[in-house]
Amino acid sequence: MSRELTYAEAVREAIDLAMARDERVFLVGEDVGVYGGAFGVTDGLYQKYGPERVRDTPISEAVIAGVATGAALTGMRPIAEIQFMDFITLSMEQLVLQAAKLRFMLGGKVQVPFVLRTPAGAGTGAAAQHSESLENWFVHVPGLKVVMPSTPADAKGLLLASIEDPNPVIFVEHKLLYRTKGAVPEGYYTIPLSRTEVKRTGCDLTIVATSLMVVRALEAAERLAKEGVEVEVVDPRTLKPLDAEPIIRSVCKTGRVLIVHEACKTGGFGGELAAVIAESEAFDYLDAPIRRLAGLDIPVPYNRELERRMVPQVEDIVDAARRLVKEAR
Amino acid sequence: MHQSFADLSPERLRALLHQMMLIRAFEEAAEQLYLQGLIHGTMHLSVGQEASAVGACAALRPTDYILSTHRGHGHCIAKGARVELMMAEFFGKETGYCRGRGGSMHMADVETGNLGANGIVAGGVPMAAGVGLSIQMQRQDRIVLVFFGDGATNEGAFHESLNLAAIWNLPVIYFCENNQYAMSMAITRASKVEKLSDRACAYGIPGVTVDGNDLLAVYCATKEAVERARSGGGPTLIEAQTYRWKGHSKSDKQRYRTKEEVKAWQERDPIARLAQKMLEASLLTENDLQQLQARVDEEIAAAIEFAKASPEPDPATIFEGVYA
Repeated sequence: MSRELTYAEAVREAIDLAMARDERVFLVGEDVGVYGGAFGVTDGLYQKYGPERVRDTPISEAVIAGVATGAALTGMRPIAEIQFMDFITLSMEQLVLQAAKLRFMLGGKVQVPFVLRTPAGAGTGAAAQHSESLENWFVHVPGLKVVMPSTPADAKGLLLASIEDPNPVIFVEHKLLYRTKGAVPEGYYTIPLSRTEVKRTGCDLTIVATSLMVVRALEAAERLAKEGVEVEVVDPRTLKPLDAEPIIRSVCKTGRVLIVHEACKTGGFGGELAAVIAESEAFDYLDAPIRRLAGLDIPVPYNRELERRMVPQVEDIVDAARRLVKEAR
Repeated sequence: MHQSFADLSPERLRALLHQMMLIRAFEEAAEQLYLQGLIHGTMHLSVGQEASAVGACAALRPTDYILSTHRGHGHCIAKGARVELMMAEFFGKETGYCRGRGGSMHMADVETGNLGANGIVAGGVPMAAGVGLSIQMQRQDRIVLVFFGDGATNEGAFHESLNLAAIWNLPVIYFCENNQYAMSMAITRASKVEKLSDRACAYGIPGVTVDGNDLLAVYCATKEAVERARSGGGPTLIEAQTYRWKGHSKSDKQRYRTKEEVKAWQERDPIARLAQKMLEASLLTENDLQQLQARVDEEIAAAIEFAKASPEPDPATIFEGVYA
């Protein structure tokens, strides 16, 4: 059975199910308690599980990451929240130099099973310090996993899988997705990490997109279908470790690939995807160059129109796709 | 029992003296092995700081946790690690505590509660709050003691961790080994407070400064903090004033301090002080002391032999341990 839930409700339901099932699971972060989280994601959990398991912290991002690491190291299953992904800059040492490496540095003798949830992305008028998409920083760090779901059903199943995972997982939720709705199965289920999913099949062009850009790519695909262009939309869902095979298979089929993400283009995940495709057998099937459509290389602007232009919109994806299907190698 | 030896039995005192001597011998051997070109990488030696490591760990149970620092060989031995497995790690061998992946700066022995040394100044301090919370939430009869140096007290993460442990009443002991220098930066230049333990008042927790070269003083202060933490009284900040006899690491020309200063601190040798006190109290004879030294030398020699004879890690296993 499934019913319509928002993305935020799906995340909350996953946390609720995990906490009900496993008493080692607890929430820790800024305003996650009575306030219900800055975006209302943890609303009601404090009332249900109480202050010991839904723990408000002072504004101390380094020690939030430290608490997650230390507690995970000694038998707990923390879910930490960093209120805006921008603030993760203040947690970097504990995440990158401690949590990610502890197992390796200690010869495989420990585990650090925690999930760090964080809302990312622009589109809320919050300007340059509350709109970052920094996922690729973490993709670069061995020992971390990076998950970025695009639908409510994926958010629930991937979050439950992340909580079960014995490694530190950075779980990136896009703020503009929180209110999007979709069918979500009831009860406890997991979607395995590192499983790329084809969200729409098509034969003319592959779009590989992440997070909110998957939603926009699907909308662009509907418009393009009216012009007779059939787009295949592929969502990696887990950025690291990446399940590349379905992406490569799709590009072999269509011969054209457009990579779309919100984060700044330079040094973004799209470069990695492009390289993975170029290094694979799909290279021989390419009928046109690999193209990337990504955030502009600027801080996120405040002005509504400037902010809109900074991030790929549906029409931008449609335009880029139209150009790409006409291109030849 | 002698009044000035707290609740420590003569056997226990001899064991602690042995540990201190073992730490010194390990450090001196480490330096020699490095000079012989047998060691790859750097090291941070704790010669002169043995009483703070041993005194602090003596107040803990085997089930209690510690988190350590880059200058962590002493903590590891004091918490009960086996020197041959430490030496093998130092040599980068597969038989070492971290299978040769960590080395001197990441020495850990999870079985004896040592969650690891740390290459980042104050790196273990935020994690200690997490370990403390884990103990509290699991209703375990344990505490965690985190070692750090004077340099760590000026990291932002130090503040965040002490504040959180204080408001949540966590069973964490913050144990500062003030060895007077953060690499070349004297603590008198790096902090305006007279005693680093004065900073405890900023978090509403007890703070105490002790002579870190006096094993008994360190033991008693830690024991009091342990009892407080174990009975739900929350964290304590302990400052043990001590001194590192060697340079910061292998490339230190020590331009920032005088030979006279080093000599003055060497006259407060924590090992000689305890031995002298025990001799005076007839808890030890000169003969005992010689036997202890002979035993320590044998242990270190055997550890080096074990390390040298141990296999290197197999390159085919290079990816192991990145993910669980």
